[in-house]
Amino acid sequence: MNALNNPAPVYRVQRTTTSSTIGLALLGLCVLVLFSAPLWADRASLRLVVEFAYYLALAQMWNLLAGYAGMVSVGQQAFVGLGGYLLFMLATRFGIPPLFAVLLSGVLVALLAIPTALIVFRLRGAYFAIGTWVVAEVFRLGLAQMSSLGGGSGQSLPAAIVRQIGNDRDGRETLIYFTALAIAIAAVAVVFFLLRSRQGLALASIRDSEPASGSLGVDTFRTKLMVYVLAAGWTGVVGALIFLQKLRISPDAAFNLQDWTAVVIFIVIIGGIGTLEGPLIGTLIYFVLRGCLAQYGAVYMIILGVVAVVMMLKAPQGVWGLISERLGWQVFPMQRRLSIQPRP
Amino acid sequence: MEWLNTLLQGVLLGGLYAMFAVGLSLMFGIMRLVNIAHGDFIVLASYLALMVVNHLGFSPLASLLIVVPLMFCFGYLLQRLLLNRTLGTDILPPLLVTFGLSIIVQNVLLEFFSADSQKLSQGDLEVASVGIGNLSVGVMPLIVFGSALLIIGGLQLLFYKTSLGRAFRATSDDQHTARLMGVNNAHIFGLAMALAMAVVSIAGVFLAIRTSFDPTVGPARLLYGFEAVIIGGLGSLWGTLAGGVILGVAQTLGAKIDPGWQILAGHLVFLLILVVRPRGLFPRSVD
Amino acid sequence: MLTIEKLCAGYGDFQALFDISLTLEAGETVAIIGSNGAGKSTFLRSLAGLIKNQPSAITFKGQAIGDMAANQVLERGIALVPEGRKLFPSLSVEENLLIGAYSKRPGPWTLKRIYQLFPVLETLRKRPGTALSGGQQQMVAIGRGLMANPHLLLCDEISLGLAPTTIKDIYAALPSIKADGTTVILVEQDINQALSVCDRFYCFQEGRVSLTGRPGDADKAHIKAAYFGI
Repeated sequence: MNALNNPAPVYRVQRTTTSSTIGLALLGLCVLVLFSAPLWADRASLRLVVEFAYYLALAQMWNLLAGYAGMVSVGQQAFVGLGGYLLFMLATRFGIPPLFAVLLSGVLVALLAIPTALIVFRLRGAYFAIGTWVVAEVFRLGLAQMSSLGGGSGQSLPAAIVRQIGNDRDGRETLIYFTALAIAIAAVAVVFFLLRSRQGLALASIRDSEPASGSLGVDTFRTKLMVYVLAAGWTGVVGALIFLQKLRISPDAAFNLQDWTAVVIFIVIIGGIGTLEGPLIGTLIYFVLRGCLAQYGAVYMIILGVVAVVMMLKAPQGVWGLISERLGWQVFPMQRRLSIQPRP
Repeated sequence: MEWLNTLLQGVLLGGLYAMFAVGLSLMFGIMRLVNIAHGDFIVLASYLALMVVNHLGFSPLASLLIVVPLMFCFGYLLQRLLLNRTLGTDILPPLLVTFGLSIIVQNVLLEFFSADSQKLSQGDLEVASVGIGNLSVGVMPLIVFGSALLIIGGLQLLFYKTSLGRAFRATSDDQHTARLMGVNNAHIFGLAMALAMAVVSIAGVFLAIRTSFDPTVGPARLLYGFEAVIIGGLGSLWGTLAGGVILGVAQTLGAKIDPGWQILAGHLVFLLILVVRPRGLFPRSVD
Repeated sequence: MLTIEKLCAGYGDFQALFDISLTLEAGETVAIIGSNGAGKSTFLRSLAGLIKNQPSAITFKGQAIGDMAANQVLERGIALVPEGRKLFPSLSVEENLLIGAYSKRPGPWTLKRIYQLFPVLETLRKRPGTALSGGQQQMVAIGRGLMANPHLLLCDEISLGLAPTTIKDIYAALPSIKADGTTVILVEQDINQALSVCDRFYCFQEGRVSLTGRPGDADKAHIKAAYFGI
């Protein structure tokens, strides 16, 4: 009878916080500024933004795979390389317009990722990691054998196809600039919405305990496969874009562990693995470090490696993890908070 | 006859791959550590041997007298000071820290020794061969294969006949209970890594005598070792030798068909076995 | 020989023991009794170094050992026969016993004496430790603890899950263990079994000592009250 006099409080699941509102607003502002950049920025800066965009997208995808689904892959260069090669094949052999070919490459890479997954999923934990690496090597060595694709020395995109992208250099670069930006923003968005969905909860439970989530009715295999294929496809799109910009491809450049996986892993670890903000912060830090150290050659990779190792040991939550621990900030409204208000 | 010769060379090459694999197998067996920098440590040992040969005038085989103890100590310290901190229930820290180490070692070698490829020369021994029936077999490959047999046999004795070996196996079973027996895990892990590194350094010197090397060839050696371990089945050292031999034969047969297919053939056989027998060919029944 | 001074222990945020204080003389056999969740096992695990404490919380032979790791505690002469036996599956019976002597502490216990104490083990010595029956596994676990030649032997629920006749066989070994002057702490849920062999007992309830005394002193009703907290 008490319940009648004291009406039950209202429960609401709240996700946005003040910091996330401010953070998203600031982020939106940055995006607007970036979209206007071709009007006022010079060519070198635009190129830097393109590179920033594809590293952000690669980092976001590796983070989804390793940080959220617990699948630590060191073979993502397989999909960057495949994306690049498929673009060259689709554009030169089948005459598909380059920009459309970028997207189509992603779809084809995703399809190729399915049989790959069926093999590497047989390995667990750290062995999964090395297994993905073997697969990347198979693709690299296999493509090096195909003389029609330039074999070991690779090939360049024919001038006729380059002209299809845009008539002059400025036009081409502007087009690639907007495409890169769109791909990066969409990558962040797709991971964000995926994690907020039911699948996101399933992923979190798989990361914490695969057998337990399996027994609770989560189809762990399907969920993992979906994430793996999504990450592969997106990585493929980025790979296609990278080599559309470079205009030249070779097996060693396309399947480069250091460029497409090591750097990406370091970015995510330094930024903060298992958070959406981490890859963003990590990519920023990476570009600053690279700007300061690139002239020292190998020393710069050594320093990057040392920073990542120290980070993993001393602050495995990464820079963003440290910030959000201290200040409680979040940019992307991910957490669920229960707010209880008495009924008016 | 030509094919038989190829087959024999593949078997002998398998001895070298088994040596790459033994260290991985030890580390995983005793402390569940998968060391991504394993291949780069093999190459590090090759460069150490190169320095000993160039500066002290040792022959490559004699350089083992210095390289093996050096790498043994390096392994012990690496484990105690760095890698022990990464071990736990989460697989991410050891994986990513050793991945970082791999990139660091490669670039340090690049900085000090440049990207030029190097080779160790063991003089006449390299071209010497013995005839078995109609076959002619190189002495060096025989030494390598013999060393692999000795190393695996020796480790087997260590594991099953000594107090330290019991401690290794007990720690592998259950490290908390092993501590109750007075086993200091941190020290045991250090010794396991030290042993793995000692084997790695022998493999590194043999690799450097066999082929030319540069700072970037490490990861491929990690993959060969890893493939031998998985083909053989986790937890069995003799299985690892069998895995190495299968990989070696696959590679030499692949190379015979087309030189570009050597490494690819090895990887494909590995993936095939992974599909057909995910637990490897000779898995240990207990696990 | 052993002094425990305001020992508080637990796992993470959960505190299982509150201010436990007790002392043990050399050669005593002391039983710790109490219901499930009373903190008995936590107490033994703290003593054995599996849970770290304040250094001064545990003093053994004049040395503060509260913060030592399990292997250091063993080197000072405290061995634990863990709950659930915890034999090493890839070691044979004999190897399981031998690893007990890993620390090479000098003393009366040798492989030969363990086989005299539990003759059945000698016939099974080549078998994997985990291929034995529960009672035989318990004998191996006790033998493994003794092989360290401990001054203090901690036994965690050695009768758990065993048939009454097997329990009798195992407890029959206790006099020869005590005969060498080994101090023993027994943790048991079975009050009667524990009280029949111990010199003194402590009853734990919800992480605190609720009753202590000699087996003859306390009457059944008293012990029951301390055991169940009613």
